Amino acid sequence: MKKTVFFGTLTAAGLAAGLASAATLDDVKARGELVCGVNPGLTGFAAPDANGTWTGFDISLCRAVAAAVLGDGTKVRFVPTTAETRFTALASGEIDMLARNSTWTFSRDTDLALDFAGVNYYDGQGFMVNKALGVTSAKELDGATICIQTGTTTELNLADYFAINNMSYTPVAIQSNAEGEQQYLAGACDAYTTDASGLAATRAAFATPSDHIILPEIISKEPLGPATRQGDSQWNDIVRWTLNALVAAEEYGVTSANIEELATNSQNPEVKRLLGTENNLGAMIGLDADWAKRAISVGGNYGEIFSATIGESTPIGLARGLNAQWTQGGLLYAPPFR
Amino acid sequence: MAHAVERPKDTFRLSMLIYDTRYRSLTIQVIVFLLVMAGAAWLVDNIIRNLSALGKDFDFGFLGVRAGYDIAQRLIPYSQNSTHAMALLVGLMNTLLVAVLGCIMATIVGVMVGVLRLSSNWLVARLMTVYVEIFRNVPVLLWILLIYTVFTEASPAPNAFRPDPQTGEVTKTLFLGLFAITNRYTAIPNLQFEQGLGSLDLGLFSLNLTFAAVVVLLAIGLYVRSRIIRHATAVQHATGKRPQTWWKSLLVVFLPTILLCIALGAHFDLPVLRGFNFVEGLNVSNSLMALWLALSLYTGAFIAEIVRAGILAVSQGQSEAAFALGLRPRRTMNLVILPQALRVIIPPLISQYLNLMKNSSLAIAVGYLDLRGTLGGITLNQTGRELECVLLMMLIYLAISLVISSGMNVYNSRVKLKER
Repeated sequence: MKKTVFFGTLTAAGLAAGLASAATLDDVKARGELVCGVNPGLTGFAAPDANGTWTGFDISLCRAVAAAVLGDGTKVRFVPTTAETRFTALASGEIDMLARNSTWTFSRDTDLALDFAGVNYYDGQGFMVNKALGVTSAKELDGATICIQTGTTTELNLADYFAINNMSYTPVAIQSNAEGEQQYLAGACDAYTTDASGLAATRAAFATPSDHIILPEIISKEPLGPATRQGDSQWNDIVRWTLNALVAAEEYGVTSANIEELATNSQNPEVKRLLGTENNLGAMIGLDADWAKRAISVGGNYGEIFSATIGESTPIGLARGLNAQWTQGGLLYAPPFR
Repeated sequence: MAHAVERPKDTFRLSMLIYDTRYRSLTIQVIVFLLVMAGAAWLVDNIIRNLSALGKDFDFGFLGVRAGYDIAQRLIPYSQNSTHAMALLVGLMNTLLVAVLGCIMATIVGVMVGVLRLSSNWLVARLMTVYVEIFRNVPVLLWILLIYTVFTEASPAPNAFRPDPQTGEVTKTLFLGLFAITNRYTAIPNLQFEQGLGSLDLGLFSLNLTFAAVVVLLAIGLYVRSRIIRHATAVQHATGKRPQTWWKSLLVVFLPTILLCIALGAHFDLPVLRGFNFVEGLNVSNSLMALWLALSLYTGAFIAEIVRAGILAVSQGQSEAAFALGLRPRRTMNLVILPQALRVIIPPLISQYLNLMKNSSLAIAVGYLDLRGTLGGITLNQTGRELECVLLMMLIYLAISLVISSGMNVYNSRVKLKER
């Protein structure tokens, strides 16, 4: 009997994957598990800790979505994807959502048949060099050898930047951040380029981070965000509004500490709608009333997640900068919950 | 004379398709053919449906779009403003470069090791056995990574060749004043022409006329050399004395090329450390070196076994007969054993060449941008055209393989036993 069920599930899973069915929500619920495509190892954003538990900024978003949909932030299976395989993995149905420092661009949103569900980190591309080189500006990198992850937008930005500034360089193509780290430390390239947040995270993992500097030039806009398959707007809405709920929670002062109290006592109608005590917003996206409350409870609101994973108190030490609330001069702006 | 009893007229019944042995095999073939075609049709239909479900179309138009990325090693002119089709060509040239270099080196290594494995010198024979067993029993990807790691970890950064900022002391100098082995590349002198012949624009890419002239001269020289050898053989058959040919061969092959080079003002530019890297010279990347060495040593081990098998396939009596005629071991090998062994060696050698060419797609592991790295890597990623890129890549690899094997088949038919 058990065996039959097992094989039945296997066949069903195979068929479901083969057809890349539209209703991701139903698949996730039936599976009882969210499959989230993440970075194979970028400290602070997505990396397994000593016990093999995944932690990080992107991981927290996956956990929030799992909590909203399945009621449990631990019911997530993390699939490490390289920069090259990530979109194929999503398009083929191997993963339900992608939260892997992926830049939202026009062609990815349209031609690659992805749907981005907002921006969870506003980033820009930078360069890291060894202090001993004596380089203080990216404009001094003429003739340098530069390590670059293939299949990324940074690859194209790099080519553009050097062409515009009439400089030459030798690209060294690498597959993953770990490989880039190793090549850079071995001196196989003079500079390493990727998103500035990624550089900070990479540098934090070095033996002597202070030997390396991140150059002041930011050469591109890199809005990083979660993505889902095109053609399933319900699922995209769930991911989008889970992210918005985390951002809105910070704006309204809802934290993991006071969420239970606010759920019962709050007089703010916006908070009440967010936490599902007034108007059942969850039903409109196929979930129950408590979805946002559960999502926020897992790791706290956006600000809490930020400071716990990549904020200034962590070794990565990123300032909020553009990623502050719009009320604080940043770009985070959740549309109204009504 | 009685007429034979007239046989009953054959009338065709449908059941005969199964029960009659004359038709049965045909029936089975037709059914299997239909099933295979139905399977293929189902697959194609499935692809079309799934693509439309994902909202994707099937279009090769992306090849004409600006690529936007840079490639470090390019044998033909390419910039980030070139198209994806040009990036494909750059990758293809890189694949062919490493495949050709690898096939040449693998053949040299393989023949030497194969012959030495049969050496009567115990130590040499055993050493060669160890080499063969180690190299062919470890996946080639690991060899590529190992050699690459040795290159990048064990050699100094280009910075190390700079004089010390405090003392002004130069700790590292160029090897023989010509080469610099660094953890990024090996800088070697670069052949330059003061007045080149320019280049001819062929639309898709431009042909370097200087290079073409050298190749044509070499080809002519080689042809004349083969005529000289043939003439020498004819003289030998007629008179029993073989005229000396080596100096004539050297003269016709190399003299015109050297004269041309001198006329065009050929000189070597030595690598100089300027800025971050060595410039002026030619920088051969470590990924190419690692890939080339690993592929040739790995395939060389297989070729060694093929060569050994080929030699052992020639019966002992042949070499004994040659010795009895007074031929030295070297001439016995060249005149008696190898010509016969080649007939056994060539067919499996073809598949080793094909393997080497296909294994070169592991280049991506060390960041060498071959066809798999450009078309199947960056272009695929930046355009999101997985199906188109992979199909095109398969088609190109198939085409290269077919060209190699048909070329080798021509050679095989020349050396195989002529039956008259």
